[in-house]
Amino acid sequence: MVERVLGYAIVALILVWFVANIVADPDRFLGSLLVGLQNGLLYALVALGYTMVYGIVELINFAHGDLFMLTTIIAAGLMVSLLGVTQIGLVSVVALLLALVVCMAAGGFINMSAEFLAYRRLRSAPKLAPLMTAVGISFIFRGIAQQEYVNGSAQKNWPISWGGPQVEGVYIYKLVMVFAVTVPLLLLMTWIVSRTKMGKAMRAVAQDQDGARLMGINVNGTISFVFGLGGALAGAAGVLYFLCQTQTYYDTGTQLGLIAFTAAVLGGIGNLTGAVVGGLAIGIIQALNEGAAYGLGSNWSQSVVFVILIILMVFKPEGIFGRPTTEKV
Amino acid sequence: MAAASPGATHAIAPERNLRRFAWPVGYVVVILFLFFLYQSILPSLVKPVQAPILAWLPVATINECLMWAIMALGLNVVVGYAGLLDLGYVAFWALGGYTAGWLMAFPFNWTFNFHLFSPVRANAPGTHINFWLVCIVAGVLCSILGLIIGAPTLRLRGDYLALVTLGFGEVITQFFRNSGDIAGYNIAGGDPGISSIDPIGTGPLGALGVAPKLLTNSAAGNIWKILVLGLLVGICIFISLRIREGRLGRAWLALREDELAASMMGVPLVRVKLLAYAVGAFFGGIGGVANASGITTAVSPSGFDFGKSVLVLLMVVLGGMGNVWGVTIGAFLLSWLNSNGLKQIGVQFDALAGTNLEASLPRYNYVILGLLLVLMMLFRREGLIPESRTKALMQMPSRTEAESLGADSLEAEAESEAVEHSDAAGDAKIAASAAAMAGSGAGTGHTTGTGPRREEES
Repeated sequence: MVERVLGYAIVALILVWFVANIVADPDRFLGSLLVGLQNGLLYALVALGYTMVYGIVELINFAHGDLFMLTTIIAAGLMVSLLGVTQIGLVSVVALLLALVVCMAAGGFINMSAEFLAYRRLRSAPKLAPLMTAVGISFIFRGIAQQEYVNGSAQKNWPISWGGPQVEGVYIYKLVMVFAVTVPLLLLMTWIVSRTKMGKAMRAVAQDQDGARLMGINVNGTISFVFGLGGALAGAAGVLYFLCQTQTYYDTGTQLGLIAFTAAVLGGIGNLTGAVVGGLAIGIIQALNEGAAYGLGSNWSQSVVFVILIILMVFKPEGIFGRPTTEKV
Repeated sequence: MAAASPGATHAIAPERNLRRFAWPVGYVVVILFLFFLYQSILPSLVKPVQAPILAWLPVATINECLMWAIMALGLNVVVGYAGLLDLGYVAFWALGGYTAGWLMAFPFNWTFNFHLFSPVRANAPGTHINFWLVCIVAGVLCSILGLIIGAPTLRLRGDYLALVTLGFGEVITQFFRNSGDIAGYNIAGGDPGISSIDPIGTGPLGALGVAPKLLTNSAAGNIWKILVLGLLVGICIFISLRIREGRLGRAWLALREDELAASMMGVPLVRVKLLAYAVGAFFGGIGGVANASGITTAVSPSGFDFGKSVLVLLMVVLGGMGNVWGVTIGAFLLSWLNSNGLKQIGVQFDALAGTNLEASLPRYNYVILGLLLVLMMLFRREGLIPESRTKALMQMPSRTEAESLGADSLEAEAESEAVEHSDAAGDAKIAASAAAMAGSGAGTGHTTGTGPRREEES
């Protein structure tokens, strides 16, 4: 009871904060909101990868954020070094599509390989083992990105300039690009999960692996497919993130991965709609904290996100859309 | 391998009293040997013998290994004993380091000067407190932080727990990164951190002229630091071993193996969990002070990243969760590899094959550590020197898996077998009592995952 009151109090506090920001400086609020939407959609893409994998094999894929980071580097190399894109406009749409295809394929492939080589063998092991394996794989990805011939251990800026109209300092084309890529992908995801045979198999395996196997579902293939799908979404997010930030850094994966995971938990882990809603929520809260009238500034954005995570874990560990689970004996 | 039947346990009881002194004596001998090796034996040796020893195992590396061993032993209490996966352990290391920064340096516009048994000269500005006192203060502060972190995570388990602790670790690092200006106050120096922290003093030994007065990062200072850090590690090992055999330790083991069953048997979950965090954090604080005062002589937020938490966890997992010796060896091995080993392996390989690995091998340390972790998880999940009970648990499928295979009837058998395979009689005794604490559920097959290993489906 006390917890419920506290929970509502926190929600009310956030609403008051929103309203105060609107009243104090509507223009900055709008700008931050747009940035938040843009980041939130990217978080949603990455969060989907976490949530699908967790939903099907109950593994926090710590390497997912670093997989995303690898795809930003691939996107940078492909678009700038190989194709020579420096201006984002209508002409670069072809390059963007190409980068999306390549990065999604690469992300899916890397994730599926990791699953095939490591996680698959640990499926019946205690939970700690696959978790540690994921941490190990994330180390490998970070180590690869740190090499000089890949990205180096410093932040690398790429010469990409954005043009076109702006609203409150936010490039409209950026926003359009993120929407134009993310929304169809999310719709496609929904379609795959809810309408296709593979989606049905995914849901069945998530519910009960042994039962699914008895029904003639190829469990390994399905799990592999989920990893591939998650990796592909991370790849798409990687391309968009690189184009928005125009820089690559070996540590982006840890930071953004944790934020995306928080988003997944916020929405209820294992729940696809939840991941998208959570991603948007986290993105907007973070952007308001950084840009709006009353905020702690970007120095504290990690802390804000994690404090949300901790509060959430304490009061509502099942998330917004999740169902509470009870321990079975 | 002693047989573990009750009769055998009884018969070797007097021997056990003697064996109680076996490891402290052995440990002291090893540390003293290392000390004298570098202090008096090595300088008198001829160059061809001396050089490779110094190249493969420099004194500074030994000190680093000892410092990491403190950290690993601390995390072992939380992860290895109590089974609470903590991915934010770096928080305690950081707080310990900053405590040293606050109490053993002239950090920023410190308005009062305070000296307490400090080896630095009396008119030096800033706060200067004795290393050992700071260790205790840092330990207590970290324990309080541990309780604060532990309290909201009490109801969480497994993955969620890992995530929240990770979040706390990141928040605390970010706090120190922004600490240059928190509501207008400079609390911990912000990004550059606090530098020139007092080195460890030697007290009476220094006054007598036996040892250098201040153990700086000079050659002589480093050699004496082996003794100081060795003593700290010894204390940590002693506490770890003793606490495991006591009531609290058995409660932790029961908690690790089945929380629900443990609580049914009357293990006070809240208190036991919080104590695990507090004890682990205490060690972490000491490790932080040892690092700040003995090794880096400075603290800055960039050193306290997520990677460090994982490194310590890797030491625990690699060595063998729950086994004090395994964890110590794991810490030595990994910190050696990290600081000197990889480079030296590269040098040797270069000399043999004419490649240029000396520079490139250390750059791949992340990749190598990651590969090591993955391979360990695939092929030797229980660690290099596993604890007998962990080994049994790590090789069995989880509870629901076993149940779905209808393996309930096999579980009791496997459980008793696991206990019988214990290496030492003492271990078996502890294990049996822990199983008893975990409840009669152990017998009827409700403890975590026992049963035959499931076939790999392909």
